[in-house]
Amino acid sequence: MRKYIIKRILISILVLLGVSIILYTVARSVPGDYVTNITAGNQNITPEMEAQMREQYGLDKGLVEGYVDWLVDALHGDFGTSFVYQRPVAQVIKEYMAPTLALSGIALTLEVILAIPFGIWAARKQYSMTDYTIVAIALMGISLPSFFFASILRIVFSIKLGWLPISGMLTARMNYQGFDLFLDYARHFVLPIVVFVITGVGSMLRYVRTNMLEVLSADYVRTARAKGLPEHKVIYKHAFRNTLIPIVTLIGGMIPALFSGAVITEGIFSLEGLGNVALKAVYNGDIPYLMGFNMFIAVLTLLGTLVADVLYAVVDPRVRY
Amino acid sequence: MSDNKELLERNLKEQDEFEKNQVIMTPGQLIAKRFFRNKLACFGLGVIIVMVLFCAIGPIISPYGEYEIFYFDVNTNAEVRMDKVSGNPNLGVLVKAPISASHWLGTDADGRDVLTRLMYGGRISLTVGLVVVGIELVIGILLGGIAGYYGGAVDMIIMRLCEIFYCLPFVPIMLILSSLFVGYGISPQKKIYFIMIVMGVLYWASVARNVRAQILSLREMEYMQAAESTGIKTWRKILKHLVPNTIPIIILIATMDIGSVILTESVLSFLGVGIAWPYASWGNMANVVTDSIILKNYPNIWAPPSLLILFTVLAFNFIGDGMRDAFDPRMKR
Amino acid sequence: MDKNTQKARLKSIKKFNAVKYKEYNKKQRRKRIPESEYMTTMADDHNILEFDNLRTYFYTDAGTVKAVDGVSFQIPRGATIGVVGESGCGKSVTSLTTMGLLAGPTGQVAGGSIRYNQKSQNRAVDLTKLPRKEFEKIRGNEISMIFQEPMTALNPVFTIGDQLCECISLHMPELKKDEVEARALEVLELVGIKREGILNNYPHELSGGMRQRVVIAMALCCDPQLIIADEPTTALDVTIQAQILDLLRNLKDKINASIMLITHDLGVVAEMADYVVVMYAGRVVEQGTAEDIFHHPAHPYTIGLMKSKPMLGEKIDRLYSIPGNVPNPINLPEHCYFKNRCESCVEACEGLYPELVSLSKTHKVSCYLCGKKGGEN
Repeated sequence: MRKYIIKRILISILVLLGVSIILYTVARSVPGDYVTNITAGNQNITPEMEAQMREQYGLDKGLVEGYVDWLVDALHGDFGTSFVYQRPVAQVIKEYMAPTLALSGIALTLEVILAIPFGIWAARKQYSMTDYTIVAIALMGISLPSFFFASILRIVFSIKLGWLPISGMLTARMNYQGFDLFLDYARHFVLPIVVFVITGVGSMLRYVRTNMLEVLSADYVRTARAKGLPEHKVIYKHAFRNTLIPIVTLIGGMIPALFSGAVITEGIFSLEGLGNVALKAVYNGDIPYLMGFNMFIAVLTLLGTLVADVLYAVVDPRVRY
Repeated sequence: MSDNKELLERNLKEQDEFEKNQVIMTPGQLIAKRFFRNKLACFGLGVIIVMVLFCAIGPIISPYGEYEIFYFDVNTNAEVRMDKVSGNPNLGVLVKAPISASHWLGTDADGRDVLTRLMYGGRISLTVGLVVVGIELVIGILLGGIAGYYGGAVDMIIMRLCEIFYCLPFVPIMLILSSLFVGYGISPQKKIYFIMIVMGVLYWASVARNVRAQILSLREMEYMQAAESTGIKTWRKILKHLVPNTIPIIILIATMDIGSVILTESVLSFLGVGIAWPYASWGNMANVVTDSIILKNYPNIWAPPSLLILFTVLAFNFIGDGMRDAFDPRMKR
Repeated sequence: MDKNTQKARLKSIKKFNAVKYKEYNKKQRRKRIPESEYMTTMADDHNILEFDNLRTYFYTDAGTVKAVDGVSFQIPRGATIGVVGESGCGKSVTSLTTMGLLAGPTGQVAGGSIRYNQKSQNRAVDLTKLPRKEFEKIRGNEISMIFQEPMTALNPVFTIGDQLCECISLHMPELKKDEVEARALEVLELVGIKREGILNNYPHELSGGMRQRVVIAMALCCDPQLIIADEPTTALDVTIQAQILDLLRNLKDKINASIMLITHDLGVVAEMADYVVVMYAGRVVEQGTAEDIFHHPAHPYTIGLMKSKPMLGEKIDRLYSIPGNVPNPINLPEHCYFKNRCESCVEACEGLYPELVSLSKTHKVSCYLCGKKGGEN
C-alpha cells in the first residue's frame, strides 16, 4: 500500500512539473515589451513591480534558467505580487479561498447526493418513462448555459418574488453578527449553488447510470439474485459496491471542472471568491495572480486524483499495490 | 440411400431458402433501429437539422445584414435603413425595438436586428463547435492510437501528457490566454482562430484516453490475435481491424463534444474572453444579461440566443446518448 | 425480400413487442397476489419439479424468439436429470425460467407451468406465477443454481466468506454469526476446500477450479432440494471437470437432492444422469432413462448426436457430423424443426410438428418415424 501511494505521489510530482512548464511557457510566450504593454495604462503598477515581474518570469534570462528561478520561487510559495491587490499572490489566494471552496464543496456534495440515487433509479428502470425523464432532465442540466439559467432564477426569485438577493455575498449596510451573519451568507449562496448543482449534476448522473447498467448485467448480480437475496440488497449491496469504484475516480478528476464552474458562477453572481478575482485579473492584466491561481488548482487536482487513487485501492480489492 | 441423400440436399436448400426470407438485420441496421427507437435522440436529430438550415439558409432569406443598424425618423417615427441615412438629420438609432412585423425579435442595444444576428451567430457557434472537435479528434486519435498500439514507454509518456492536460483547468487557462491576447493586441478576426485552436488543444486529452482504452481492449480480443496469426501487414491490421472498431466511440465523443464546445464558447463569450464584437456568436449575444435593465425588460434580446444554445447543446447530448445506447450491444434486447 | 415488406414486418414486430412489454410491466407492478393464483397440484407426488408445456419467448427487435417452446418433463425426487442439446437449443433458458431469473421485459414466460413440490410448506406451487417475495424464499434455499462461468459468477469486491455467509444467514436467520461461519466452513469442506483463511480471500485470489467449488458450495449451503447445474464443468480443465463431477455425485447422495444437469457433453450425461432429456430448437425431441437414450436412441437427432461422439476402439475415418445448421429461432417452420437436416425424413414430415409418443413407460420421442413403431413396441 505504501509503495503504491509513494509511486502515485512521484507520478503526481512529475505531472505537476509538466503543468508548471506549460503554465510558465504560456506566461513567457510574450514579446519583449509585453510588460510595458500591459502595465502601460495601469496606475496601480509601480516601476519596482514591473522590474519584479521581469525578474519573476526571468524575462531577462534564458528560458530554462528563468523557469528554474521561477520554480524555486514558487516552491517557496512566492508567486510574485498581484498587480491588482499589490500583495503577494499566495496571500491573495488565501484570503479569497473560503467562498470558492465553500461554493464548490457544497455543490460537489449535493451533486454526489443527487446523482447516485437518481442514476441508480434510472438504470434499474431502463427504457421506462422514469428513465427517460431522469435522463432528459440530467441532459437538460448539462446543456443549460449557466448564465441563462442564473438569469431566469434571478428574474423569478430575486426580481419577481424578492425572496433571495440578486448578487453579492452580503447585504450592504446591515452589519449582521453571529448567526444572522451566517444566514445572510447562506441566502446569498442559495442561487449560485442551485445553478452550480443543476448545471453540473447531469454528467455525474449519466456516468452513474451507465456504470450501473453495466454492473446490473454482470454475472455476479445474477448469482446474487439466484441466492434469493431481496432486490434492494442485490442493488445496494452487490451492484452498488461495484459502481462505486468508477465513481470514486470520477470525483477525483472533477476538480478542474469544478473550478471552471466556480469562476463562471462567481462571475455571474459577483461572489468575492478566487474566480471573480481571476476575472478581474484578466481585465487588469494581472498575470502573476492568474499563474498562481492555475497552479493552486493544479495542485488541488493532483491531490484529488491521489486521494481517489488511494480510495480506489480501498474499494477494489483487485488493485495490486 | 442415394434417394435419401437427394432428399436431404433438397431439404437443406429449402432451409436456406426459408432463412433468406427471414428478417435479418445487419449490425448497422440494428444500431440504426436502436437509435431511432430512442425518441429523445430523434428529437435531437430534428433540432440539429432545423438549426443547420436556420443558420445556413436563414441569412440568405433575411433582408438585413449582420452589422446593419436601424434608425428611425424622430418626426415620423418611421424606420429608416442604413443606406438611406445620409443627409437626414432627424434620425435616432432604433435600439431595443419591440417585436414587430419587420423585426420578429426586435432589435438589440445597438439597433441591430436580433433574428438576423442569431442566424450569423449560429454560423459562428456551430463552426467553432465543428472546428474545435476536428482539432481535438486529430490530436486525440493520433496520440491515443499511438499510445494504445505501441504501448510501453511511448504509452507512458503520452498518458502522462494526458494527465497534465487534465490538470489544466479550462476556464482559468482561457483567462490567462485571453489576457495575453489583450496584451498582444490581437484583432477579433484572428482571435476566433486562436480560440478554436486553443480549445482544440486543451480538449484532446479525453479523446486520446478513450481511443487508447478502446485500442487496448481491442488488442486483447481474440479476433485481433486471429488477424495477427494470418500474417497480415501492420497498416492493414490497423486500417481493417482497429480503426473500424474505434469509430463508434469516436463518433460518440465527437457528438457529445460539439455540444459542450458550443456551450463553453458561449460561456467564454459571456465572460468577455470569447468571440468579440463585431462578430455575433450566441454566447456574446446572450452576454447582455449582465445589463440589469435588459435582463428585466427586454427578454426578446437575451432569451433567444440562450434558448438556441440550450436547444442545440441539448440536441447534441440527446443524439450522443442515443448513440451510446445504440452502439452498446449490452443494451440490446 | 424487398425493402418495403421488411419495413412493414419490422414495424409490426415493434408494435407487437410494445404490447407485450406493457403487459409484462403491468404484471410486475401487481402487489398482493392471492395464494390461489400460484397454488397447483403435482401430477405425481414423487416428482420434485414438473415442466408442463413451458414456453419462454424473447420479444426481440428481429421478432419473437421461441427459446423454449412447449417443453414438458419431470424431475423425480433424488434423481439426476441430464438436459442435452446444442448451444441455443433452450437448455439454459429453461433453467433460468425455473429460477425466475429471466431478463424482462424481453424474456417472458408465454405459457405453460413449472410445478414445484414444496415439501417444506406441504404444497405445490407454479414457479412461473410465483410472486417475487415468495420466490426469494425458494431461490438459493430449496432450489439453487450453479452457473457456468466461475470467473465472473462471484462478486469481485466481497470476500468468499461474505458471499457465503450472506446466503446462509439469509435463509437460516436463526443462526448466530459464528454458527454461520462454521456452516460456511463446513460446506467449503464438503466441496473439498480446506484452507486456512479462505473466508477472507477475495475471488480474484482463487483459481478457476477453486472458484467453481465456491460457487458450488454457495449452491449447497442451505441443503437444497434441487440443484440446477448449468454446464458446471464447461469452463474447467478436464482433470478438474472429473473432480467436480465426482463431487456433485457424492453430494447428491449425501444431501439427497435432485440434480438438473444441463450440458452439451454427452460423456458427462452418460456418467451422471439417471434420466436424459434431449432438446432441439426449444423443444424436447426425446426423453427417457439413460439406458433408453444411450442404447436405444430413436429420434434421428439423438442418433446423430450419438454418432458424432468419438468412441474408443471404433475404427472410423472421420467423425459423423449432422448436416446443415440449427434453424433460425425466429419464425420457425410449421413442420418438424429437424426435418431439413434429417437423413431419414419421410412424406409425413411435411405435416405439422410431430406429437410426443411413448415408446415405453419411460421413453418418449417426437418423430413420425417412431410413431408407427410406437404401436408395435
